[in-house]
Amino acid sequence: MLGVGAAVYLVAAINGLEVNWLRVYEGLDRGWAFVLAFTEPDFVSRWTDISEGLVESLIMTVTSTVIGIAISVPIGLGAARNVAPLPVYLLCRAIIALSRSFQEIIIAIFFVAIFGFGPLAGVLTLSFATIGFLSKLLAEDIEALDRSQAEAVRSTGARWLQLMNYGVQPQVMPRLIGLSLYRLDINFRESAVVGLVGAGGIGATLNTAFDRYEFDTAAAILLSIIGIVMIAEYSSGLIRARVQ
Amino acid sequence: MPVVERAGLKVWQRRERNKQLAIWFGWLCGTALFVYCWQVVSDATTWAFFWDAPRIAGDIGGRMVPPRWSYVTRIGQPLWDTINIATLGTAVAIVMAVPVAFLAASNTTPNKAIVRPIALLIIVSSRSINSLIWALLLVSIIGPGVLAGTVAIALRSIGFCAKLLYEAIEEIDHNQVEAIAATGAGRSQIIAYGIVPQILPAFAGISVFRWDINIRESTVLGLVGAGGIGLQLQGSLNTLAWPQVSIILMAILLAVLFSEWVSAKVRHAII
Repeated sequence: MLGVGAAVYLVAAINGLEVNWLRVYEGLDRGWAFVLAFTEPDFVSRWTDISEGLVESLIMTVTSTVIGIAISVPIGLGAARNVAPLPVYLLCRAIIALSRSFQEIIIAIFFVAIFGFGPLAGVLTLSFATIGFLSKLLAEDIEALDRSQAEAVRSTGARWLQLMNYGVQPQVMPRLIGLSLYRLDINFRESAVVGLVGAGGIGATLNTAFDRYEFDTAAAILLSIIGIVMIAEYSSGLIRARVQ
Repeated sequence: MPVVERAGLKVWQRRERNKQLAIWFGWLCGTALFVYCWQVVSDATTWAFFWDAPRIAGDIGGRMVPPRWSYVTRIGQPLWDTINIATLGTAVAIVMAVPVAFLAASNTTPNKAIVRPIALLIIVSSRSINSLIWALLLVSIIGPGVLAGTVAIALRSIGFCAKLLYEAIEEIDHNQVEAIAATGAGRSQIIAYGIVPQILPAFAGISVFRWDINIRESTVLGLVGAGGIGLQLQGSLNTLAWPQVSIILMAILLAVLFSEWVSAKVRHAII
């Protein structure tokens, strides 16, 4: 039954594709040219654009991650049912849901319209997206924490802030560090995208390269992104292994 | 135990002095880096626009209500396209991710020196590049449309699925594999009877998880011409038709909620 349904859907979906095979066939040459461009990427002729874009992306990544974490921690605390009162919980959950529902790029379009072109719109977009990710996972971690430790701290007569500092923070810190590093990774990758709509970073350069069919430059940019992501993943893996 | 003598009294400290200094230095460097980065961002910003933002936001918000309800009839087809892009893209990605995952897992790879690094490279390349960038690339190669979106989603998802899958393969229980091997099973038989049954639940979970993400991602692929509801969004934004934008955003929200509901149901059924 499920199989039949899946087959019917598959036929309907593939029929809806409306592929212009002639166009695809013509494009294959360009696709091959792009693959070949990876064997000899051109870092040189647009090096200033590439390096400026990459540096701007990295700067946006750092700024937005720091701002994002700073806002996520209180919201994450507020979104954990075991430490926050109900009205605060609902408000924080609503913020998280809003941030998670829309893709970064849609938020970026609005922020560019509101705050103007440039990296600030990108930083705010990525910070906002960080809140949805980090607060949610942090809140889940806090909700799953070991109650006996918090209980022990509370029984010494600790106030709420002290309870957070001595009962909750030590338990969630390793995970918070791990998640933050992971988000740093994601923010770099996303910073390459928000540039497509004018929010700063390497995306604008990449878009121009594709528009002008300068595949060798595009390949150079993509290879740089892949390289930086690999370095970031490797080093964040090392740090995570140390704190956990 | 880090204890210092101060005026003849032993005072306990949480950390050794050098370690404390190193941590302090780390914070100093981090703060300096952040301040520098913020400075750069701030220099590139026209702050007049920033202070004007609440007014602009109010203006846009005002233009978005009331939504143009009559537009709802025109977004059925794009929504259907969006779901197709996500579903077909995920299906293609899974089919391609399985062999990559088996080549990348250290306990099933046929060759650790050459094949495994290549498989890992495929995974990293696919994961590092956002589906929008894949879409941008594919639109310039095979032309705008739903196909470009589907292929973009598939290319982006291969790395994700293969990474999670190969981690699941590496974490399997080796006793079962050994038991199958002890019966004289060949390589493919070991995979079919020793490994596959163990990773099947993870496999199903990963597929649904990625499908959920892909629904979200396919809603914006149209912004670069790769089909789906994003095309409508792009068109409405370009013509400043804000009442239509609010309808489209609601449709996207509904699609996202739908996919979350489906994936929650499926995951509940698996676990």
